[in-house]
Amino acid sequence: MKAWLPALLRLALLVLLVAFIASPGWFEPLLRPLTENGAPAIYNQGSLLTLTLLHLRTVLVATVAATIVAVALAILVTRPAGAEFLPLSRSLVNIGQSFPPVAVLALAVPAVGFGEKPTLIALFLYGLLPIFENALTALTTLPGNVMEAARGAGMTGWQRLVKVELPLSAPVILGGIRLSVVIGLATATIGSTVAAKTLGEVIIAGLISNNLAFVLQGGLIVAALAVLIYDGLSAIERYAARRMGRETA
Amino acid sequence: MTFRFDKLGIVIAVVVAYAAFAAPFATFRANRIVPGQARSILESLPSALGALLLAIVIVGGIIALLKTPLVLRLAASVIALAALAILIGTAGGFLTPAGNTFARVSPASGFWLLIFAFTLLLADVLTRLNLSPSARVGALVVAALAVGALLVSGSWDSLSILKEYASRADSFWAEGSKHVTLALGSLAAAVVVGLPLGILCHRVEPLRAGVLNVLNIIQTIPSIALFGLLIAPLGWVAAHVPGAAGFGIRGIGTAPAFVALFLYSLLPVVANTVVGLAGVPRAANDAARGMGMTDRQRLFDVEFPLAFPVILTGIRIVLVQNIGLATIAALIGGGGFGVFVFQGVGQTAMDLVLLGAVPTVALAFAAAIILDAVIEMTSTKRRAQPA
Repeated sequence: MKAWLPALLRLALLVLLVAFIASPGWFEPLLRPLTENGAPAIYNQGSLLTLTLLHLRTVLVATVAATIVAVALAILVTRPAGAEFLPLSRSLVNIGQSFPPVAVLALAVPAVGFGEKPTLIALFLYGLLPIFENALTALTTLPGNVMEAARGAGMTGWQRLVKVELPLSAPVILGGIRLSVVIGLATATIGSTVAAKTLGEVIIAGLISNNLAFVLQGGLIVAALAVLIYDGLSAIERYAARRMGRETA
Repeated sequence: MTFRFDKLGIVIAVVVAYAAFAAPFATFRANRIVPGQARSILESLPSALGALLLAIVIVGGIIALLKTPLVLRLAASVIALAALAILIGTAGGFLTPAGNTFARVSPASGFWLLIFAFTLLLADVLTRLNLSPSARVGALVVAALAVGALLVSGSWDSLSILKEYASRADSFWAEGSKHVTLALGSLAAAVVVGLPLGILCHRVEPLRAGVLNVLNIIQTIPSIALFGLLIAPLGWVAAHVPGAAGFGIRGIGTAPAFVALFLYSLLPVVANTVVGLAGVPRAANDAARGMGMTDRQRLFDVEFPLAFPVILTGIRIVLVQNIGLATIAALIGGGGFGVFVFQGVGQTAMDLVLLGAVPTVALAFAAAIILDAVIEMTSTKRRAQPA
C-alpha cells in the first residue's frame, strides 16, 4: 500500500541534501530570516562540502575500526578457547555503555591532544559496544540444528565460522553497525569542541555568534545524513536477512 | 604440584608488569599547564611504601595469573585497589615540595593501568560470583563509601584534580545539583508525557508508526544542534507569554537544555511502553476480560504490571543517556558538570576536564548499576509469582 511514498520522500531528502551541500547559496533566502544584524546566513568560514566529507570520513574510519575489533572479539569469546572471557566481556559491555560520549571525548584529549584523534578514539570506543553486543547475540543464538549439520558435514571450525556462522550472523551484526554509525554521526559534531573538523564546527560557530541559521544548517545536514544512512543500512540488512532466510526483529 | 594459568590472568599480569615497571606512576608539574615529568612508583613514594606497593601489585598479579580460589582473587583485587587509592594520595604529598602551591601532582598512565587491571580482576570475580541484585547495589554502596571516606579524610587533597576542586568547591556543588536536576527532571517529564503517549500508541494502532517515526527523527538531530535550535522558540515564549519569564523560561540557559533532554528521552520511554504492552500475553488479557474487568482495571492491574520491567529498561536507557547529555548543556549556558569539561578544554587544563568528567562517569555508572538491579528484581519477582 503506497510503498512508493516513503521511497519518494527519501529521494527528495537526498536531492535536497546534495543540492544544499553543493550549492548552499540557493537556499540563502530561506535562512535569511533567522539571522540578525546582517549576519551571514550561510556558513562562510569553510566549505560545507568539505566539512561534510570530513565528517563522513571520521565516522567511516572509526566505524570500520570498531567493526573489525568488535567482531574479532565476539568471535574470540564464542570459541572454546576464549569461552572463559564470555561472562566478563558481557559485563564489560554493560559497564562501557554507561560512559557518556562527551566524557570519553574529554578524557581522550589529555592522552592524544586536540584535533581529529580524540574524536576518532571516542567514536571508536563508543561504536565498539553496539557492534560487539549484536555480534555476540548473533553468534550465541545460531540455530542448533544448522550448527549440528555443519559439524556432521565434516566442516572444520574455521570453515564453520566463515561459511556458516558469520553469514548467518551478518544481518544482526549489520544492525549493530547501523546503530553505531547513527550514534557516531551525532557524536562527531561534539568532536568540534576539541577542534576536530566536522559539521559540529558550523553549529558551534552559530552558538558562539548567536546565529541561528548556522545552528540550523549544521544540525539539519547531520540529521539528514543520519536518516539517509540509517535507511540505507536498514535496506542492506533486510537484503542480507532475506538471503539468510532469517527475519530481522 | 603443577601450576595452571588463568587465561584472563595472563592479560592482567602483562598489564600489571608493564604498568608497575615501564609506565610512570605519577606526573609532576611545576604549575597547572606546563608539560609534566614522569615519576615511577619508587620515585613517587617514600622507599618503604614504594616497595610495599610494588610487592602488593606483584603478588596481586601472580594471584591473577594462576588458577586460584575466587576468595583469594577477590581479596587480592580489593587490597591492591585500596593500596593504590591510598598511596596515590601519599605520592601527591611526597612529590609536592613543602609550601609550594603551584606544583601539581596527578596520577599517570601506570596508575590508571594498575587500576584498570585490578578492576578487571574484580569485575571478573564479581561476574563469576553471580551476585544477587541487592548484593550488587551493596557492593556499589561500599565502594562509594570508601571513596567518600578517602575524599573526606583529605588524603587526596594534594592531587591536582582536588586542587581544582578546592578553588571551585561552591560552583562544583551548584553545577552538580544543576546537572542532576536536568537529568532527573527531564526524565520525570518524559515519563509523565511518554507513558500515556505509549499507552495511546498501543491502543490506537494507526498512531503508532507516525509517533515513533517522529521521535526517531528527533534522536538523529545532533544534541548540540537541538540545544541551539531551542534557544529561539524559548526566547520568543519568554518575551511574549506573560509570566513565562518569571517561571524561569529563557532563551539561553537551563530551559532549552531541559526541553532538549526531554525530547531525547521521549523515544525510549514511548517505544518501551509500546513494546512492553505488546508483550503482555493474550491469555492474561482474555482472562481479565472474562473476569469482567473494565479497560481501565485491565490497564492498571494486568497490562501495566506485566509490562513494567520493559518500561523500566527504557527508563534506564534514558537516565544514563541524560546524565551524559547534560554535559552538553554547558555549551548553551545551561550549567552542569559540562561547565568544567569545556572550561578545561578551553584552558588546556586537563585536571579541570577530569573534575567535570569523573563525576559524570561515576553518576552514569551508579545509575546503570542501580537500575539494572531494580529491573532484575522486578522481573524475577513476577516470574516467581504463580500466574
